[in-house]
Amino acid sequence: MYELPSGADIQTIISTIKTGAQFFLPEIFLSGLFLVLILLDLAVRPARHHVLSITSLVGLLASFYFIVQQHAMTGEEIFFGMYVVDEFALFFKYLLVGSAVLTVLLSMPSDELNSRTSGLGEYYPLLVGMTIGMVMMASATDLLMIFLAMEMVSLAAYVLTGYLKRERRSTEAALKYLVYGAVSSGLMIYGFSILYGMTGATNIAVISQVLTERGYDPLLLMVASLMILAGIGYKIGAVPFHFWSPDVYEGAPLPVTAFLSVASKAAGFALLMRFFYVAVPQTIDPAGFVPGLDWVTILMILSVASMIYGNIVALWQTNVKRLLAYSSIAHAGYALLGIIVMDELGTQATLFYLVSYLFMNFGAFLVAILIANKTGSENLEDYRGLGRRMPLAGAAMTVFLISLVGLPPTVGFIGKLMIFSALLAKGSLFIWLALIGILTSVISLYYYMLIPLNMYLREARHPLPDKIPSGFLPQAVTAGLMILTLYFGIFFTPLSDFALSAISIFGNQLF
Amino acid sequence: MDVLTTIGLNHYLTISVLLFGFGLFAIITRKNAIVVLMGVELILNAANINLLAFSKFNGAMEGVMFSLFVIVLAAAEAAVALAIVINIYKTFNTVDVSRIDSLKE
Repeated sequence: MYELPSGADIQTIISTIKTGAQFFLPEIFLSGLFLVLILLDLAVRPARHHVLSITSLVGLLASFYFIVQQHAMTGEEIFFGMYVVDEFALFFKYLLVGSAVLTVLLSMPSDELNSRTSGLGEYYPLLVGMTIGMVMMASATDLLMIFLAMEMVSLAAYVLTGYLKRERRSTEAALKYLVYGAVSSGLMIYGFSILYGMTGATNIAVISQVLTERGYDPLLLMVASLMILAGIGYKIGAVPFHFWSPDVYEGAPLPVTAFLSVASKAAGFALLMRFFYVAVPQTIDPAGFVPGLDWVTILMILSVASMIYGNIVALWQTNVKRLLAYSSIAHAGYALLGIIVMDELGTQATLFYLVSYLFMNFGAFLVAILIANKTGSENLEDYRGLGRRMPLAGAAMTVFLISLVGLPPTVGFIGKLMIFSALLAKGSLFIWLALIGILTSVISLYYYMLIPLNMYLREARHPLPDKIPSGFLPQAVTAGLMILTLYFGIFFTPLSDFALSAISIFGNQLF
Repeated sequence: MDVLTTIGLNHYLTISVLLFGFGLFAIITRKNAIVVLMGVELILNAANINLLAFSKFNGAMEGVMFSLFVIVLAAAEAAVALAIVINIYKTFNTVDVSRIDSLKE
């Protein structure tokens, strides 16, 4: 039935792969780093963690060199159209590798990881492996590649979540993450199989071409897109695929929670944009857009539900990690708004929003780690009276939370402003979405401000020392993130220009 | 009688939908973590049958290749999953999903 390839064919295939490899250098470098870390752990075990953490830090920073070089080779399709190098992918490579660097910086001072585990030999390699998977999610253009990249991220994430294996909550979080993750990836692969059956192709650009040329059954396409959306929606943590996130965020070690909430979500958004913008034909027409059964409407429902649910349920939380988990559900809703707009402004706004979320969320988690190191808990009650005793952490936390609410002069304000203005620029149809966004932001002010309230205005129940020291490196990183949050809140042009330059998706020049 | 004598695409798709349904049913109704994971395997295999059937009737190799990767990844996922379930059994003394609820609202 199938013809075997001839010798000459095989030679061509090998040479294509060889020429493709030079466009794949960042990923190859990171894979090398992964292997080096495993071998290093065998060599220096069980002496010290910081050999591993510094090696992974240096390696991740070094990979920026290869990413910068890729700017010269954008628009390149490699490995038989399975993978692309374009400005969009490069933007996410910076964002994802950058958040891996921050995660390593967050892991180094974390007591949770350094003293309550039996060793970090697997931790750093898994972190790097997850980064490779996420980078590939941002560049994959083939259903098979998308599936492989997503599974690579998921498998590493399950293990990292359960890394504190002697603790009940970490183990339980790993199980919950695993069950939801496995089910949603199963649904996604079933959706892929339907899409493959409809088109006979696995490349997303070809799928879109076949669907528009040959026509399709809208109901069947809807079923397939919904199933695929279950897989991607689980990664970005939007309602109704959010059930795992509060438990997982609460149970996982804090640095892992930060990494999941920023990087895994950003990679999910990259995939969502690339897949739905390119593969699935949309019926949106600025003149006469009729809300109906298409994926833009579905995303609208997801976004509104996420904003309302995340912000309202967060009001009752007493654990800071859980509070940030619900806030991250809400932020997924805000970022989705930019995708719904479906034009340059909206995509630029979403990309900008993801970067701003990186600064403010990593900052908030870093302060939570510093406090958890001292008090051993993430309870809101235990934050009482800490503002005066940890001046830098208190001030920084306040800045990050103001940014998460979306008030000036922070980067979070600019992000929300860009998203809402993109919605309003699109016309009257989207005003109600912007209104819901603004109203839910007002609600979020209450629960975010509970943290500074406890830190500054309430006195601790137990006597605390007058000064609580927290080491040089974490303080420096906290200060750096706080300055960046404020700096990009005022001088946001370089960042928004960078986001604007990133919105061309290869194969389909967007819109 | 043609439906009974020759096996066409629809036969494969019916089997696949049935497997998918059984898998989803197991995930929703069962409390045992192992059985839930078995339900996931059923869904993955339903997708495999789909991919192979489409590949056979389309004459292209992509589906076959795709399903090979799905099989490999299902094995990898099962390895990680069982490790986590063993750890759950060690810490909670049960693999009943409904009784593993130390994380609360």
